[in-house]
Amino acid sequence: MSRQTLVYLAGLVLLLVAPLLFYPVLVMKVLCFALFACAFNLLLGFTGLLSFGHAAFLGSAAYATGFAMTHWAVTPELGLIFGVAVSATLGAVFGAIAIRRQGIYFAMITLALAQMVFFFYLQAPFTGGEDGLQGVPRGKLFGIVPLAEDWAMYYFVAAVFVFGFWLIRRIIGSPFGQVLKAIRENEARALSLGYEVDRYKLLAFVLSAAIAGLAGSTKTLVLGFATLTDVHWATSGEVVLMTLVGGVGTVVGPVIGALVIVVLQNELADKAGPWVTVIMGTIFVACVLAFRRGIVGEIAARWPGKAGAPKQEHGPGH
Amino acid sequence: MKGDTILETRGLRKEFKGFVAVNGVDLKIRRGSIHALIGPNGAGKTTVFNLLTRFLPATGGSILYNGTDITSVGAASVARMGLVRSFQISSTFPHMTVLENVRVALQRRHAGSSYRFWHSERSLSVLDAGAMELLASVELAPYAQLEAVELPYGRKRALELATTLALEPELMLLDEPTQGMAHEDVGRVTALIKKVAAGRTVLMVEHNLGVVEDLCDRITVLQRGTVLAEGNYAEVSGNPAVLEAYVGAEHA
Repeated sequence: MSRQTLVYLAGLVLLLVAPLLFYPVLVMKVLCFALFACAFNLLLGFTGLLSFGHAAFLGSAAYATGFAMTHWAVTPELGLIFGVAVSATLGAVFGAIAIRRQGIYFAMITLALAQMVFFFYLQAPFTGGEDGLQGVPRGKLFGIVPLAEDWAMYYFVAAVFVFGFWLIRRIIGSPFGQVLKAIRENEARALSLGYEVDRYKLLAFVLSAAIAGLAGSTKTLVLGFATLTDVHWATSGEVVLMTLVGGVGTVVGPVIGALVIVVLQNELADKAGPWVTVIMGTIFVACVLAFRRGIVGEIAARWPGKAGAPKQEHGPGH
Repeated sequence: MKGDTILETRGLRKEFKGFVAVNGVDLKIRRGSIHALIGPNGAGKTTVFNLLTRFLPATGGSILYNGTDITSVGAASVARMGLVRSFQISSTFPHMTVLENVRVALQRRHAGSSYRFWHSERSLSVLDAGAMELLASVELAPYAQLEAVELPYGRKRALELATTLALEPELMLLDEPTQGMAHEDVGRVTALIKKVAAGRTVLMVEHNLGVVEDLCDRITVLQRGTVLAEGNYAEVSGNPAVLEAYVGAEHA
């Protein structure tokens, strides 16, 4: 059995027993952000696009699912599908506008669009403005299984996470993923081989937005609310941090990064108060200066196996 | 059907904010030939390449490929029509393996739609044999599992050729294929180009006149964006205007 298979098996076992060891809602929150970070990493790590507006997809899906659950009283799986559809559509709009530009300009356009989305939700009547959309029911899965109990909710969230994670792995390894990799490595060369690079980037963007939306929708179900925090630019920044801490361009990295950041925030919220922002900033700086590959990237680089991260020529110590 | 001329430009022109880089260039590339584009630095050779492959839009004139006007066709479409370029600096996918470099090119032609994000990577393994064959043809088979970035410079250029060949191009545009190479590598790449040029047309920018003499059937000399002379090596090298352009450039 390969090391990779062992890691995944261990992860799966941990996923199954986690609610016995930790507070289930916290684990569910970690899983939602882990999926969000994985979706973001699909763009940054595997396509080479830095989106600084991913909160728009997380938040839009969160609101859409909350709205559908509250006002239309649909079942949770339909609520999720609706949320994903909304974020994928928004992703197509964002992508169509942003992919014409590269590097910092791409990031700035996605940020600007996400800010527009933020102010839309701030003003729109159905979001509850500053209060947020509160009291979203979890409903009954397929109209049968009530998710109100945390353990039922947990295993549903775990299943959603496993599906999302599997899908991203599949995309990375697919023929499409090979082209994305080629575009990341050398866009001009990919174009000269006859690939319409803009279309590939757009599809990658839509897929990433859809999976980010899946994370946002699931989060609404878990917590029972969607708020402006979900669409705030700080959330777009957080997902960058999670991905960098875990290891950009590694498959598992964003999961570890999300775990570290969400747990830290949770632990520090009471103890450190407003210092949380400073601590997060320090982690960010330390990560960029000393651990360019992130946690998983550094591990893979020290114990080279096939699960390794892409090598960086300018990494520290080389 | 397909005429004697594979590629033709008529009055090709490119301006950058008032600076005319390419000024009314008429080219005719004969099918099956190896055609060189030479000239002093800044003569507009690479700009012509970028215009032909649609990496830059032309300001004026037209480009005909196999009799079809491609002046306003997209870069990816031009590549799919069989007009494939290489780049001045070796252009590989550095953090993909040597095998994957070639396979991603094969994939475009042979693996159906590459938008299939739901297919497993195993669906690409059918291309491995073809990719290995191409690698063997440029003596890279032993390096198949290395990342491209680990190859020495000369081998990278060979990999680039193999990747280009994977598309089975009708017309290959090579931008300074021997630039920056050690002497023994120049000989190897020259032999390689000769080998792969069989059955297709090559247009190359090249500074090394020894390579040009050895390989090319026809030579066009550019100077300041216009055609200064055209002919075979003997004709061009005996042309006083060409000598002056080169000597003049060296003294500038």
